[in-house]
Amino acid sequence: MQRYSGFGLVKHALSHHENWERQWRNPTPKKSYDVIIVGGGGHGLATAYYLAKEFGVTNVAVIEKGWLGGGNTARNTTIVRSNYLWDESAALYEHAMKLWEGLSQDINYNVMFSQRGVLNVGHTLQDMRDIQRRVNANRLNGIDGEVLDAKGVQALVPIMDCSKNARYPVMGASWQPRAGVARHDAVAWGYARAADALGVDLLQNTEVTGFKIRDGQIYGVHTNRGDIEAKTVGCVTAGNSGVMAKMAGIKLPLESHPLQALVSEPIKPILDTVVMSNHVHGYISQSDKGDLVIGAGIDGYNGYGQRGSYPTVEHTLQAIVEMFPIFSRVRMNRQWGGIVDTCPDACPILSKTKVKGLYFNCGWGTGGFKATPGSGHVFAASLAKGEMHPIAAPFSIDRFNTGALIDEHGAAGVAH
Amino acid sequence: MFYIFCPYCGEHREEEEFHPKGQAHISRPEDPEATSDEEWGDYLFFRDNPRGVHHELWVHAVGCRKFFNITRHTVSYEILEVYKMGEQPSITAENYAAQQGAASADKERNASQAKHQEGVRA
Repeated sequence: MQRYSGFGLVKHALSHHENWERQWRNPTPKKSYDVIIVGGGGHGLATAYYLAKEFGVTNVAVIEKGWLGGGNTARNTTIVRSNYLWDESAALYEHAMKLWEGLSQDINYNVMFSQRGVLNVGHTLQDMRDIQRRVNANRLNGIDGEVLDAKGVQALVPIMDCSKNARYPVMGASWQPRAGVARHDAVAWGYARAADALGVDLLQNTEVTGFKIRDGQIYGVHTNRGDIEAKTVGCVTAGNSGVMAKMAGIKLPLESHPLQALVSEPIKPILDTVVMSNHVHGYISQSDKGDLVIGAGIDGYNGYGQRGSYPTVEHTLQAIVEMFPIFSRVRMNRQWGGIVDTCPDACPILSKTKVKGLYFNCGWGTGGFKATPGSGHVFAASLAKGEMHPIAAPFSIDRFNTGALIDEHGAAGVAH
Repeated sequence: MFYIFCPYCGEHREEEEFHPKGQAHISRPEDPEATSDEEWGDYLFFRDNPRGVHHELWVHAVGCRKFFNITRHTVSYEILEVYKMGEQPSITAENYAAQQGAASADKERNASQAKHQEGVRA
């Protein structure tokens, strides 16, 4: 792998940047691998990378039906935070946060991780009580957090309407300074390049059409480019996980919904942090290009169409303009939808299945991007050892039958 | 934007008047005390999540406030059928595929739908 550095940039400038090597190979599928990862999004690529780097499993294929990072990885609003309420999820997302902090160096790829802080705004007394409870829980778990009052919020975000005249006056917020944003495409590309350098085969335009299962043990997958064998298969297919599970005869407690996001025309720097509100239901940050990146809740109905309804866009922008009247005349540039696999308790599924050797990493719903490095790391550990990593273990699919749910719905201050 | 025919009001109204309420035709176990943890978990949490024809419960929230069922395609978002509570769908995943194959059946489907299905407008 050609290492990226400031010196390299200068060197390549001399040849007009025409001699950069390709970031990853485009290999032909081998007959068999030790591990197959289905799904070449951020989580799948991260899993492949950590398998090769941390656990010495380099005979790995990532099978992607489209192109790398073409699904939710490139469709989210890039927010990274770890201020979750329950111990299990806090451990998972904080594990990811710690990996985020060294990620650009680790994979020699600038993922533009910017710890500009995240505000989760409260508008009611109950919001503030929940915020206090969550921040206390976070601190006990070693996660940074502060409770701010309306004045504190106003000081951080001068352009926000924190007056008493607002329809839903801002009463305060939780503030996680280590949270922030990262460039989502770069995360997929960086992991892909680093995994490829360690010998992982990235098979694009290759669609898994079925699983090869014998006596309850998986031994490969059918694809449109022929059969590929492996005794361990990790399925990391987000919105399509239910469809994949059905091929293997497994039922998942997931429902796939469209989740929309939109960006405005680029404007000068005006918002240097991330603002999320559960109550008026919207979140916003400003990208390095200058466009406002805006998102909110899912469309309520099931869908696989990677697009949503206009009423949802309208509600989202109503919330943003309610908090930021200054943005009322900003024009929106683009709007799109991704398909999120939502779980009844708003927590992911990292689990073995009744098919031996077949693992699922799914159900991240609306909040998977922030967990990309942590999810990949613990899932890789689980695939390599055949035993779920202690951080991943509580997220077993069994919890929906035992009742040991991790109920982050609403608790995480997130706009679900 | 959906344009949904409410079978109780008897007219098409815009999506914003309605709320989706998840999968239709889920019946509560007759004797909850007798169900196993697995069956109870399945009833509470496990849903069909098809890429294709799906039967859903909707409520006309700011209209007549009645619940009814919609059969909808989850990729094209086309509304295939609307029917009242207690009724069974005439279009299902199985016969939808068959109808797509046969042109004559297709024509029939269009004719039967024409009266109350508009589907996706936007």
